[in-house]
Amino acid sequence: MLDLAGKPLAAIVSAGSSRFGRREGLYWRELFLEAFKDVLDRCPNLNPKKDVKAVFLGMMSEGFEKQGHPGPTIASWAGLMPKACIRTESACASAGAAVRFAVAAIAAGFYDIVLVGGVEKMTNLSTAEATELISTASDFHFDQWNGLTFPGLFALTATAYMHKYGATEEDLARIAVKNRGNGALNPKAHFQKPITLEEALNARFIAWPLKLYDCCPITDGASLLVLTKPRIARKFTDTPVYIIGQGYACESILASEKDYDAVRFVANVEASKEAYKMAGLKPRNIDFAEVHDCFTIAELIAYEDLGFCEKGEGAKMIREGTVEREGKIPINTSGGLISRGHPVGATGVCQLHEVYLQLTGQAGNRQLKGVKVGLTSNIGGIGASAVVTICRRGG
Amino acid sequence: MAEKPQVQGFTIDQFYRFCDEGKLMAARCRKCRKLIMPPRPLCPNCYSDNLEWTQLRGEGKVVTYTIIHISTSELQPLTPYAVAVVKLEEGVSLTGMMRIGKPDEIKIGSKVSVSFEKVERKKWPIRPRIVFKAAQ
Repeated sequence: MLDLAGKPLAAIVSAGSSRFGRREGLYWRELFLEAFKDVLDRCPNLNPKKDVKAVFLGMMSEGFEKQGHPGPTIASWAGLMPKACIRTESACASAGAAVRFAVAAIAAGFYDIVLVGGVEKMTNLSTAEATELISTASDFHFDQWNGLTFPGLFALTATAYMHKYGATEEDLARIAVKNRGNGALNPKAHFQKPITLEEALNARFIAWPLKLYDCCPITDGASLLVLTKPRIARKFTDTPVYIIGQGYACESILASEKDYDAVRFVANVEASKEAYKMAGLKPRNIDFAEVHDCFTIAELIAYEDLGFCEKGEGAKMIREGTVEREGKIPINTSGGLISRGHPVGATGVCQLHEVYLQLTGQAGNRQLKGVKVGLTSNIGGIGASAVVTICRRGG
Repeated sequence: MAEKPQVQGFTIDQFYRFCDEGKLMAARCRKCRKLIMPPRPLCPNCYSDNLEWTQLRGEGKVVTYTIIHISTSELQPLTPYAVAVVKLEEGVSLTGMMRIGKPDEIKIGSKVSVSFEKVERKKWPIRPRIVFKAAQ
């Protein structure tokens, strides 16, 4: 048995998610209600009007739907007025930020039961328009202005990584193939069809060396959790999942200030250190993880930044199958951002939704056996915001 | 160094105004001597606002690069184009577009010089673009 020194900070007593994808005719408040219904169905003992004290909601941009101010929008649509419904924004880590605030509020004793979620409705815009809006998470004045796109930012990291450590376009393609295979087993994923290595390798370039299948899609979706004080979790469920560690860190948003020597995302390294310390665990204690594969290179580097392998050994993890569902540390069983989809403001919570399903034996065809501890890693922009959360199954 | 009466503080707009004059300028903290690039009105190292402008030589080496195939509507006509991060001799780095023949001629470690390209625009932001050319 593990020595689980980590004191529970908060308990997840229910989790829900909308179906992810191109959800025509549905706006984010409606996707939120789809996730809310899922949460309520899984937690019949929860009386939202009486029990829920506040809502923390991640959303990146009002620009996608021309609809801002999600807090009160949700308060009214979900019948939760006059509760405090608070939006958080940290680009693609907006939902991770919501979880951070929710955990801190519970740990501080400020609230005992909260909803924490994330939403984004992205497909009203064309792919070009949506990509441009996402790129506002990077530096406008020095990077975008001088020609960088969002895929371009991660491509810079990919070029440096491949040059330094000898990883190949095929290694990256294998990550896409793995995640598309996992997504095929997730009935809520955007893409539920596997791809072949040939398809991935022959796809057109978006930002060399990254090709189409190295990039996550533009997706609509919402995800939601119910968090409580650990002490009262069993009033709501027999199978609580405890958040036992969390880290949050920032680094520069400038492409020119990334660590291209070691080729890592410093904020993710720092956030994971904080989370491991709080949980009293080491990377080897993690049974599985959902990591932020906005681009395949980000997943590869996450293996190293989170300590699952030594620096420069990331490609071995995919070549040797270590990160496959049957491997030693399965990564992105949900399909990840590449297959499940990446409604940017929802992703941090959607990752925890998958961890919750896996730890409570509700993951269907993709259920892992005997897992006790799961980790999520949610990054914003070019890794400039990073949130790492460690969960363990209630004993 | 290049003090002029109309210089308006250590701002992004002033940085690009210098670029427009063909000069790559950074801020230097007079207290802790940190070279601050991009410039900003407060030293991120010691929080002093006692700064001075210093001109950089504009010579450096490619640290990493990419070739952009899909870009914004404004830049799509230029695709495929290369963007690089260049480490300057003075130790700070910059992002810019590469202008050295074919994209596949670029290599990590290539020596480049900084120059500036006028961008035709009628509304904000009106400023040049940073470009890298093969060092002479």
